[in-house]
Amino acid sequence: MYQIIKKETLYQDIYAMWIKAPEIARTVQPGQFIILMTREEGERIPLTVADYDREKGLIYIVFQIVGKTTDELSSFKEGDYLYSFIGPLGKKSEIDYFGTVVLVGGGTGIACIHPIARNLKKAGNKVITIIGARTKKLIIMEKELRQVSDELIITTDDGSYGRKGFVTDALKEKLDHDNNIKKVWTIGPPIMMKVTTSLTKAYSVDTIVSLNTIMVDGTGMCGSCRVSIGGETKFVCTDGPEFDGQLVDWDGFMNRIGRYKKEEKESWNHHKNQEEC
Amino acid sequence: MADMIPVKERMKREQIPMREQSPNKRIANFKEVPLGYTREDAIKEAQRCLQCKNPKCMTGCPAEINIPLFIKYIVEEDFESAYLTILKTDALPAVTGRVCPQEEQCQKECVLKSTGKPIAIGRLERFVADWARKNHIHGKTDSVAKKDLKVAVVGSGPAGLSCAADLAKMGYHVTLFEALHKPGGVLVYGIPEFRLPKTIVEYEVNEIKKIGVQVITDYVVGATGSVEDLKKEFDAIFLANGAGAPRFMNIQGENMNDVYSANEFLTRSNLMKAYLFPEYDTPIKIGRKAATIGAGNVAMDSARTALRLGAEKSYIIYRRSRKEVPARAEEVHHAEEEGVVFNFLTLPVRVLGNKEGKVTGMECIKMELGEPDESGRRRPIPIEGSNFTLEVDMVIDAIGTMANPIIAKSAQGVEVNKWGYFKIDEKTRMTTCEGIFAGGDIVRGAATVISAVGDGKVAARSIATYLSSGKSLKKK
Repeated sequence: MYQIIKKETLYQDIYAMWIKAPEIARTVQPGQFIILMTREEGERIPLTVADYDREKGLIYIVFQIVGKTTDELSSFKEGDYLYSFIGPLGKKSEIDYFGTVVLVGGGTGIACIHPIARNLKKAGNKVITIIGARTKKLIIMEKELRQVSDELIITTDDGSYGRKGFVTDALKEKLDHDNNIKKVWTIGPPIMMKVTTSLTKAYSVDTIVSLNTIMVDGTGMCGSCRVSIGGETKFVCTDGPEFDGQLVDWDGFMNRIGRYKKEEKESWNHHKNQEEC
Repeated sequence: MADMIPVKERMKREQIPMREQSPNKRIANFKEVPLGYTREDAIKEAQRCLQCKNPKCMTGCPAEINIPLFIKYIVEEDFESAYLTILKTDALPAVTGRVCPQEEQCQKECVLKSTGKPIAIGRLERFVADWARKNHIHGKTDSVAKKDLKVAVVGSGPAGLSCAADLAKMGYHVTLFEALHKPGGVLVYGIPEFRLPKTIVEYEVNEIKKIGVQVITDYVVGATGSVEDLKKEFDAIFLANGAGAPRFMNIQGENMNDVYSANEFLTRSNLMKAYLFPEYDTPIKIGRKAATIGAGNVAMDSARTALRLGAEKSYIIYRRSRKEVPARAEEVHHAEEEGVVFNFLTLPVRVLGNKEGKVTGMECIKMELGEPDESGRRRPIPIEGSNFTLEVDMVIDAIGTMANPIIAKSAQGVEVNKWGYFKIDEKTRMTTCEGIFAGGDIVRGAATVISAVGDGKVAARSIATYLSSGKSLKKK
């Protein structure tokens, strides 16, 4: 059992938790993920590790309520226990000295880029971070990201904070003015990653994406997470979760992550009805 | 106590059949298909045993069960002694009594086999194990004095469980690591409820815990900790992580939404209990017409699970003929009774689908058998121009598994062969790294539960020999 040591509400339906998992905190690296279950009857869902504290043996996760499991998870309180918490899974981010790098984050992906940004900074890179959301209140982890970035650009769709527009607008401007950008990481909603990747392709800049697919075991056993990368079938859980975004079959990927839409809705409704009972 | 009957009479008597749920009833539920022997059935069947002076049946049992002795106890209606006799060497009697291919093992060696009526050893084993469970009979836990030596067993499937149990009985401190949230390995995620109820697996795992085996779930060796980490803490290691990675056909359309690996399909249904959705959260998609590719036991499990989940038609697609089918005859028989349709000499060439990624059919080609290949079976050859479309809306790949490299990658000095399976010394089960042993499917490739149980037992003895000679991974 894995205790929730601290819980924060980042905004409305976005939550963060520090989970006691010393074995995982001991070896986890940026870019890796965990799989958790709220209870025995629950589903196994993967979440990218948003941070860790090796000394205290803690793993930081950030999630938004998007369905049954995240809804239930949000109702857990500090001191409660998760039924299962497995990791660290997947490959770590390729942290190296590249020169200038840009990290683009959207939604809860903003949290996921934080440890990558911190380690890239530590490796001597010039780190430019671009984060975006619909509106000001959805901008999370601004302070933490500012600390590890040489430059932090914020965009909001409605212009309520930072620049009005999308992260890709800000990225395009950077790419137009800075020839030294060697690598881009983009983590967030699939459509954002897809658009970012097609933008950077025009500038021939390597771009890493982190794919969050439907998984069961997360250790290469089932193939639920498979996606076509450069025409070859890869498992996100063991070959990823980070891939060269320009090789991802985005349509196939988006199709597969939506394959249980109907059932997910049914499960969520079932859960809500039971709560009312 | 039941009467002993004369040998001649014993030889005349027929095998006692086991009652089963009728096919039309059972395809609507996930309850066990065979219902087991009654007390009377078991005694009658046990009475047929000739109690050979030189019992051949035991030579066919990798679990090394004293078969004539436990059968004798059944005749004497001393079921407790029968249970303890089995438990002495087999830590998973209710499991092996159900899923062992006895016709290929003990019953193949039974002297009555020549009459076509071998003793139904598996059914008797199952009866005894079920009786003991219902009557709260437990094995002895006051085993030998504890030794100050620690063994790590990686993987809690049949190989790991049997090795751990044997080592614990010898007095070693055993820690069993399981990557998933429940122990049991393939017994839990792979074999369906209707062949092996999960409460039974849980019960037998708990019995193994009682003899001192510590089980740690949610621990992925190769991710949470490496084999190198284990080497620092344990005196010996047994690797039994199974042959977990699914094989795909690598044909067009295979990444569509309604195409599953058998591993995923069965894990969703068995481990995650998707058949109880939405009471359990994990969903599973079921088409009206499901095609399972392959004809092994896993394929039979998949095709039969699809029926129970509501598929109107469930096909088996196999590129060879009925003669080459690798599944147990009993499984094929059960599948056919339940209405699974077999398409022999058929090879899928691509999965067809619509824009939304939904499967609409599968293009196949007919095959004919040519000369024998390296496996000794006649090689299937496509018949040109024989392509046809099978209307299906769901596909399950059950064409076998490959070695999952996750553990091998984290172990220095443990060599694998070209397929990624651990190289071992056949006699001792030791890998190329002294002190690290391996067994089960990660050595053999996909095999049977009982061969894994046997590997675990042999490895346990070798580990004991290794440790008794004063060696330890910690001293290296």
